[in-house]
Amino acid sequence: MPRTENLAIAIAVAGSVSCFAVDALAYTVYVSNEKDNSISVIDGATLEIKKTIPVGQRPRGIILTKDGKSLLICASDDDTVQILDLASNKIVGTLPSGPDPEQLNIHPSGSPVYIANEDDALMTAIDLAQHKVIAEVPVGVEPEGVGVSPDGKTLIATSETSNMAHFIDTESYEIVDNVLVGSRPRYAEFSADGSQLWVTSEVAGTVSVIDTKTRQIIKTIGFEIPGVRPENMQPVGVRILKDGSKAFVALGPANHVAVIDTKKLEVEQYLLVGQRVWQLAFTPDEKLLFTTNGNSNDVSVIDVPALRVIKSMPVGSAPWGVAISPQ
Amino acid sequence: MQPSKSKVSSLPAHFGHERIGKIPVANFLLSLTWMCACLLAATPLRAADDQGWPIAPADSTPAPSAPSAPAAEMTEVPIGYLKQEVKRPIPLSRLYVEPEDYGIAGAQLALKDNNTTGRFTKQDFTLDVERVAIGGDAVAALQKLVASGHHFILVDAPAETLLELSDSVNGQDVLLFNVRAEDEELRQEECRANVLHTAPDRYMLADALAQYLVWKRWQRWFVVKGVFPEDLAYLEAIERAAKRFGGTIVEEREYKETPGARRSDSGEQQIQQQMPVFTQGAPAYDVVVVADEKEVFGPYLPFRTWDPRPVAGTAGLKAMSWHPAHEQWGATQMQNRFQRLANRFMWPVDYQAWIAVRAIGEGTTRARTADFAPVNALIRSKDLNLAAFKGQKVTFRSWDGQLRQPIIVTGPDLPVSISPQEGFLHEKAEVDTLGVDEPETKCKFK
Repeated sequence: MPRTENLAIAIAVAGSVSCFAVDALAYTVYVSNEKDNSISVIDGATLEIKKTIPVGQRPRGIILTKDGKSLLICASDDDTVQILDLASNKIVGTLPSGPDPEQLNIHPSGSPVYIANEDDALMTAIDLAQHKVIAEVPVGVEPEGVGVSPDGKTLIATSETSNMAHFIDTESYEIVDNVLVGSRPRYAEFSADGSQLWVTSEVAGTVSVIDTKTRQIIKTIGFEIPGVRPENMQPVGVRILKDGSKAFVALGPANHVAVIDTKKLEVEQYLLVGQRVWQLAFTPDEKLLFTTNGNSNDVSVIDVPALRVIKSMPVGSAPWGVAISPQ
Repeated sequence: MQPSKSKVSSLPAHFGHERIGKIPVANFLLSLTWMCACLLAATPLRAADDQGWPIAPADSTPAPSAPSAPAAEMTEVPIGYLKQEVKRPIPLSRLYVEPEDYGIAGAQLALKDNNTTGRFTKQDFTLDVERVAIGGDAVAALQKLVASGHHFILVDAPAETLLELSDSVNGQDVLLFNVRAEDEELRQEECRANVLHTAPDRYMLADALAQYLVWKRWQRWFVVKGVFPEDLAYLEAIERAAKRFGGTIVEEREYKETPGARRSDSGEQQIQQQMPVFTQGAPAYDVVVVADEKEVFGPYLPFRTWDPRPVAGTAGLKAMSWHPAHEQWGATQMQNRFQRLANRFMWPVDYQAWIAVRAIGEGTTRARTADFAPVNALIRSKDLNLAAFKGQKVTFRSWDGQLRQPIIVTGPDLPVSISPQEGFLHEKAEVDTLGVDEPETKCKFK
């Protein structure tokens, strides 16, 4: 289909969305563009790109600080985490992340920041106010996913070559348990009540749902879409609704987001999005879900109650991470 | 460029036995573990020519807080590596002189990876290398490894030696990993139940290349071949691939001359004359496919053919299990880890040894034991959950023990593609379009 037609449809859809979005809270969507070395800023009300901010090299994982004033950016090829001030849209500092930071997370209290160092098999905790390393925890080979329990007591690192989810006590920085999951675990996400941990395994093509009390796997969920090669089912990002009713899993080169009924732990639907979908973020009201599509250089917007893709919008080259500010 | 640095590798060039310990992560507890393992296990194994270990440089990571696994409960998993030295022709390009620690460095890296995981599963992996000199007794070296408790042994040896080794431990609790030999017979008539192959065979490599050529619509092949048995074996693989995927061989031409010496002052000029003349007058074709495993003339062909055509096969565009510029699916991490460890680039036999040791690690971790039977069963099963930087998990084919894996199709500097190519369909797994599939196998395990 010619590009112009695509655009025409996108604009038509955008028109219908903006009516709905006016009622929603104002918010801002930030997308890291891995190959452009930039952050795209999307206006939540109009779903239009407001701004593109140049940042460090190969920006991947991004997260908002708890005060909402800054965006932390893993600038992987610069071996640092940059602090983007959202009032001025300027980089105002860096965190000593160690080499090749990819994903990060933050304690519910606002600090420390936890960063996985793939090269060193370490999980690093950094005090956000002082910009200082306060602990390093040796974990498995190629740590990547970083999860923090809602009560702030447990930190998770997933190691991609050791194939484990490491449970780390955030007080003592001791590893309290290691759960073997499917190969190449990429991402770890707690349910809002903290009772479950969801870990995606990219190469195994599965999601392991772990009971956080017993630290046993309750269920391993697989994926199947007619016409899609099984080896292309490569789950990466996962998000769970606050009420615990549904989970959304980005399936990478399968170009779909799986919608999972969290009670039955079964896939109820697959939504077609852009190519190589990796990360996901809800708007604060959880009415929309944004997906980053690394190979089609766009972002898909999913209407969560309707379970429908309502828009796709071009961003920079190779969009990777996404974070949404309520402001 | 880095490959030439391989000569200064920290691994000594000598024959006999050496033990490669796991590389300490500068971690107090880990060093304790390491010392214990040394005291407990190394004593009966260490030979007079042992250079002491660890041989590889330690990480300079600052001391982090220690993991909770007590050292005393560690289970040792000894892995053997038998390398039969052979006389190899000097490659035409000095970039590709074989490193002294070729293959072994890959096993060392996987050992380090296994031990990082082993801290949590309380398993301590060790690596003992036996180098057998040309004309030496490989079977005796294998017996020595088996007698000292090694059940899982990597073998870097020619096909005939591998078969002798396999037969010498037939019926025992020993699993061998072929990390080098590409010979088809080892997976066909001469397959063995106690051998798994992490090295791709010639059929897989030829199929991977052929799929790309056909995808590119370069379907008319002008085949030029050397005279050695290896060249003819590769040629046979190319002929088979042409039939399978729709290539047409427009002519096969044998190279009988001795090319001008590259080092002599007029050598390059001679080659400049010889290669166009040799490739002159071929029927219309799209690509030169060269079968010259011993590198008598193949690498001279690119940019020198009579007609302006690309060169593929054993020179030019090649199919390989690994290339040091492969960076997809997180491979950058692996390349970085390897280069820090070995001070050189990672090449196919390094990768093939890495996979073998990682398969042993995965098998041991998932089976939650170091006992031979369950680990052996797990490694061979479809449940082997091995991520190998190829975008899909890799497993061993049940019918011939061959590792099924995507193959990199690459120019000298950069990968060009990865096969299987889109559109070459298979009812179960597309990666099984590469090499010998179940219905056509001639392997009857013995």
